[in-house]
Amino acid sequence: MPVIDMSSNPQCERQHPAPQRAEVVVVNPNGTLKNVFVWIKSGLAPAHWAPPAEPARLDQHGCVYQPHVLGIMKDQRLEILNSDPVNHNVHAESVTNPAWNESQPPRAEHKFKQFDTQEVLFPVTCSVHPWMRSYVGVSPHPFFAVTGDDGSFTLQGVPPGTYTIEAVHEKYGRKEGNVTVTPGGAATLEFTYGS
Amino acid sequence: MAAEPNFHPGLHRWSMVLAFCTLLLVVAGGTVTSRDAGLSVPDWPLSYGKIMPPMEGGILYEHGHRMIATMVGLFTIVSMVWLFRVEKRRWLRILGVIALLAVIAQGVLGGLTVLLLLPWYISSAHASLAQLFFSTTVAITLFTSSWWLRGPALTDEDPRYPVRGLSLAAPFCVLGQLALGAAARHKAIGSIYHICGAPIVTGVVLWISLRILLHYAGNRELRSAAVALTGITFCQVFLGIAAYMTRIAYADAVQPMPLMVTFTVLHVAVGALTMAASVSLAILVRRNLIAAEVSYPALAVAK
Ligand SMILES: [Cu+2]
Repeated sequence: MPVIDMSSNPQCERQHPAPQRAEVVVVNPNGTLKNVFVWIKSGLAPAHWAPPAEPARLDQHGCVYQPHVLGIMKDQRLEILNSDPVNHNVHAESVTNPAWNESQPPRAEHKFKQFDTQEVLFPVTCSVHPWMRSYVGVSPHPFFAVTGDDGSFTLQGVPPGTYTIEAVHEKYGRKEGNVTVTPGGAATLEFTYGS
Repeated sequence: MAAEPNFHPGLHRWSMVLAFCTLLLVVAGGTVTSRDAGLSVPDWPLSYGKIMPPMEGGILYEHGHRMIATMVGLFTIVSMVWLFRVEKRRWLRILGVIALLAVIAQGVLGGLTVLLLLPWYISSAHASLAQLFFSTTVAITLFTSSWWLRGPALTDEDPRYPVRGLSLAAPFCVLGQLALGAAARHKAIGSIYHICGAPIVTGVVLWISLRILLHYAGNRELRSAAVALTGITFCQVFLGIAAYMTRIAYADAVQPMPLMVTFTVLHVAVGALTMAASVSLAILVRRNLIAAEVSYPALAVAK
C-alpha cells in the first residue's frame, strides 16, 4: 500500500517514526487479509441481545484511526478520542443510521455516539486529513469480529444452528459462507479473496 | 478621444477586480471539492466556533474558501452601491442587485451544503450558481467599459447565415455541461454524461464561432469574441481530458493527489471562463448584429 503523504501536516507526520502506509489493503506475513469485518448475517433465532456496557473505542492517533475497522453492537456506545495535538472532524458516513459530522479539537472531551440500526460497514472519515478513513460495522448481535494480524476471526458463544457468515472488506467487498454449529462443538470457515 | 459622459473609470476597474476575485473564488471552491475538504469545518457560519480557526490540513482550503467568499460578498456590495450612485442605466443597476442577491444565495447554499453533509443537489447548485455569478461579474465589467459606452459596431445580419438566435445556444449548452460536470463531481451521476456532453458543446461553440469567423469577420468585436471563445474551449477540452486521465491513474491512491487536483481545478476555472466567453459573445452578437427584420419599418404601422 502507498505511503501516506503527511508532509502538509507536520504535527501528524512527526508522530510517525516510520512512514505510515495506507490501510486499505493490509496483507499479513502469513498471506492473510487484515481488517476484514466478519459477522453472522442470517440464521440466528430472533432474540434480543443486550449491548455490552463497555463502549467500543475509536481513537484518532497520529492522524490515523485506531482501529482501522471497528465492530460495534447496535445501541452500544462508541467512544471517540482525539489523542492528537490537532483538530479533527469526525464524519460518520452512515446511510441507514443518521449521518453526522462534528469537530473534535485537541484535548476535547471524548465523544459518545450510538447507532440504533444494523449497518454493516460504513466509513468514518476526517476531511482535515483526507487520508483518514475508518470503517464501522453495527451488528444487531454480539457475533462479529475483525480479522487481525494473523487473519483469523473467532465468533464465540454462537448457539447451535446453521448460519450464513459474511466477510466484508472495504476494497474487496462481500463474501458469504455457510456453517453449521453443533451443540458444544466448533466449526471453521475460510474466506478467500482475490483471483 | 472624448470621454464618454457615463464612463466611470473607477467603477470599471472595480468591476474588473470583482471579476478577478470571483475567478479566484471559483478556484478556491474547486480546490475544496477536489481535496475532499468540504466537511473539514463542520460548523457554519463560524469555523470551529471561531472567525479564524487554525489553518491546518483541509481547514486551510475550506476556511480559505470561506474567507475569499466573504471578501467577494463585500466587494459585490461595494459594486452595487457604486452602481446606484453613478450609473444612469437602470437595467445595469438592476444587474448589480441581481449580482448581490446571487452572491448571498451562493453563500447560503455553501453553508447549507456543509450543514447537510454535502447533498449532491445543493453542492451542484452551489457549483453552477458560482459559474453564473462569475459570468455576471464579467458582464458588468463589459457594460461599464468605455469601449461599450462608445456604442456598438453595427453590422447587418445576413439572413442566409443567421447567428443572433444561434449565439444564445452557446451559454445554455455550456451551462448545461457545467451542471452535468458539477453533478458528476458531487457523485449524483456518472461522469459519462459530462464526457458525452463535451463533443456536443464543443460542436455548438465551433458552429457559432466558425459562422462568425466565416461571415462576420469584418466586425472586429465579433471576430475577437469568437476567437477568444474558441481558444478557451480548446484549452477546456484539453484540461478535461487531462483531469479524466489523472483521475484514472489515481484510481487506487489515497489523498492527497496533487496532479489530479491541479488539472481538475484548472478545468473548473477554465469552465467558468468558457461560460463567461460564451455569454460575452452572445451579448456582443445581439448588440452588434442588426436583425434582418429591423429593416422593415412598415411593421410599426397598425392595421
Ligand atoms: Cu483528522
